[in-house]
Amino acid sequence: MTTAVAEQTRVLVERDGDVVNARQTGRELAASLGFRSTDLTLIATAISEVARNIVLYAGRGEIAVSAAHNGARRGIRIVAHDDGPGIPDVELAMRDGYSTGKSLGLGLSGARRLMDDFEIVSEVGVGTTITMSKWTR
Amino acid sequence: MPVPILKQGQMLIVSMQASMSDLDLVQLKDDLADRVGRFRSSGVVIDVSALDVMDSFATRTLRGIAHTTKLRGAETVIVGIQPEVAFAMVQLGLTLDDVGTALDLEEGLALATARKAEARL
Repeated sequence: MTTAVAEQTRVLVERDGDVVNARQTGRELAASLGFRSTDLTLIATAISEVARNIVLYAGRGEIAVSAAHNGARRGIRIVAHDDGPGIPDVELAMRDGYSTGKSLGLGLSGARRLMDDFEIVSEVGVGTTITMSKWTR
Repeated sequence: MPVPILKQGQMLIVSMQASMSDLDLVQLKDDLADRVGRFRSSGVVIDVSALDVMDSFATRTLRGIAHTTKLRGAETVIVGIQPEVAFAMVQLGLTLDDVGTALDLEEGLALATARKAEARL
């Protein structure tokens, strides 16, 4: 399911096929914002990682992509949100190679490396929100 | 949507689709392990040139496919990794370890054949 609100596009993520849908939606928006080809792949890959985390750990959530402005800079903002179990130790989860066993442990730390800005807010029993941006250069 | 596996002589050839989900990838792993035995194949060439994203899951699954088919007696070579995809993989810290790679299908078939011949010595 994809719904557009103003300049924001939201993608429901609950099955593994939705991971593909989410990254294609992000890639299309990034392309329309003028990102070059290499950046499109980096953005799509970062979305793929956070979307898969939702499916693996929260079971259900959503990814919202929108155009971002920061002074003269233009870019894309991706917000991945779920009401899942939350991450007890965010710092530990962000470490390379850290995994609870369902993955390689490169998802979150990898997504952070692929994007320019990356912020994660998580509370146990409440959920996780990842906000990440990339700017055109 | 299952991925078609083509048989050419002793080789199996797979062309990955851009819209492949995680489940399709896992299904491919099972199918290839089965076909390698059924057709007594000596090599598998997986063309990923249509993939615009190879994230940690896809990379881990491809590595798993290569190691599984190796245990079944066939060499797997990954061909057609796009330059942008290679760049993203490096930034993510993803590697294919000892899995063979080649630029295109033709070189991939040659590499799989050579690797198998080497293994027979």
